[in-house]
Amino acid sequence: MSNISRDEVAHLAKLARMAVTEEELDTFAGQLDQILDAVAKVGEVAGDDIPPTSHAVPLTNVFRPDEVRPGLSQDEALSGAPAAEEGRFRVPRILGEEQ
Amino acid sequence: MTTTAELMDYAEVVERYDPVLGLEVHVELSTNTKMFCGCPNSFGGDPNTHVCPVCLGLPGALPVVNGTAVESAIRIGLALNCDIAEWCRFARKNYFYPDMPKNFQTSQYDEPIAFDGYIDVVLDDGEVVRVDIERAHMEEDTGKSLHVGGATGRIHGAEHSLLDYNRAGVPLIEIVTKPITGMGERAPEVARAYVTALRDLLRAMDVSDVRMDQGSLRCDANVSLMPKGASEFGTRTETKNVNSLRSVERAVRHEMTRHAAILADGGSIKQETRHFQEADGTTAAGRTKETAEDYRYFPEPDLVPIAPTREWVEQLRATIPEMPWERRKRIQDDWNLTDEELRDLVNTGAIDLVAATVDAGATQADARSWWVQYLNQQATSRETELADLAITPAQVARVIELVGSGELTNKLARQVVDGVLDGEGDPDQVIEKRGLKVVSDDSALLAAVDEALAAQPDVADKIRGGKVQAAGAIVGAVMKATKGQADAARVRELILERVGA
Repeated sequence: MSNISRDEVAHLAKLARMAVTEEELDTFAGQLDQILDAVAKVGEVAGDDIPPTSHAVPLTNVFRPDEVRPGLSQDEALSGAPAAEEGRFRVPRILGEEQ
Repeated sequence: MTTTAELMDYAEVVERYDPVLGLEVHVELSTNTKMFCGCPNSFGGDPNTHVCPVCLGLPGALPVVNGTAVESAIRIGLALNCDIAEWCRFARKNYFYPDMPKNFQTSQYDEPIAFDGYIDVVLDDGEVVRVDIERAHMEEDTGKSLHVGGATGRIHGAEHSLLDYNRAGVPLIEIVTKPITGMGERAPEVARAYVTALRDLLRAMDVSDVRMDQGSLRCDANVSLMPKGASEFGTRTETKNVNSLRSVERAVRHEMTRHAAILADGGSIKQETRHFQEADGTTAAGRTKETAEDYRYFPEPDLVPIAPTREWVEQLRATIPEMPWERRKRIQDDWNLTDEELRDLVNTGAIDLVAATVDAGATQADARSWWVQYLNQQATSRETELADLAITPAQVARVIELVGSGELTNKLARQVVDGVLDGEGDPDQVIEKRGLKVVSDDSALLAAVDEALAAQPDVADKIRGGKVQAAGAIVGAVMKATKGQADAARVRELILERVGA
């Protein structure tokens, strides 16, 4: 059925910032094929008249009033950070450009 | 990075190539709270003080959509003549970058809330260009990075970065045009006029601060060229960091001349993000764009779909104000203005202020004269915008009223306005404090008139002899004696009465 290439696995790994060995590329390519095949089986039972489901509950339009609610203080916000400086989260050098 | 690009002369560019533009405008909504949590949505503040587990992406935190933000999104869509989706969802846009602590941005992908619209843009010479809108979708803003250790504070060479998430999660509407073609040499002007029209529209709707300098309105300009007469678009670049209306025009123009030089030389354009550099009006290469697939969009499982009922949409449609350019046209007709007079009003930013002053009871001619002339001079000398002057249209209308009733002369009126601008209070308070009322008490005036006539008997004789224009000298003397606080017309009447001319 589907056929995930080693290159595609390597690309996915790069996007997910995962270091993958050469052997793992083969292993994951095979495993991802199996997963995609399994998911594709859903298409065999769902006809064109059945819309894809993304949510298990039949709800729409759940909104919150535009009212300020208390949040965290700066100290609380930074309490779990591995490093902080000047009230900000400190992160390692960022490679590449800003979004 | 900073090698100077070869540029082609602009006249030659538009002779040989057709530009194609695509403009993406991000608008921060001025809601009280963020898109998915109740943190305050306000500019600035100490770092990481407008944050909570939701916008910090802490485990287990669940987002809830801000209903007012959805209303604003629908209203913006309607104002842009878009269809409003009957049903749509949020999607996760996955990427690793510390400006979003969740490692994804909650956005909309193939189901925008508004789509297929247009906006009619009026160029400086009055020509109207229709810009088609592809979509307007809801998303959230990112946090702010501070790069430390680099020579210029830029990302290159930085040792580490510091993150403030106050802005993370602020409601954002992204408005995307369809490709804008056939504009030729006017493409840069069309780009600026489009962003200007959007800004005016969003301001009139009161959904955003639309401050380009503060980033609440941001424009990314996609530019490509194709040889004259071709139908297949060339490769585009996307220029970011365009922080003013003027920069929009400059950035588009610069990219056109840069692309043309590369293409004419047989080269090819690299699809990439570029950064506009305000100082010299050029662009510098940024990262090579990830493709949409790389973002691995999928429906946001933590937020249920949005299905605006048609009743709700129609209720919101009723709240859309008159479009600013339609309003201008109406004002031009109502006030009988020439194109030039209208342009003065628009360019000085006076039009809304004049309209509000008229609403407060002034005639349009008086209101226009005050705002375009004296107040505009004051704005310039005080180095501020007309709209930011410390005087309200109602206060201006009151001054105009006092001049009309003869209680103030024009000269006194300007002093009253100065007092208001200097923070001395309302016009009436300034008059009280500075003692600026016109001397309208005839007995006081008559005394001054008599004195002046006695001091210049030769002039009095001339007037008596029929040389009425000689009264000017006496009027001048009376005005001087009353420190300009007399009504000159009344003084003149009294002089003529007194000499029996």
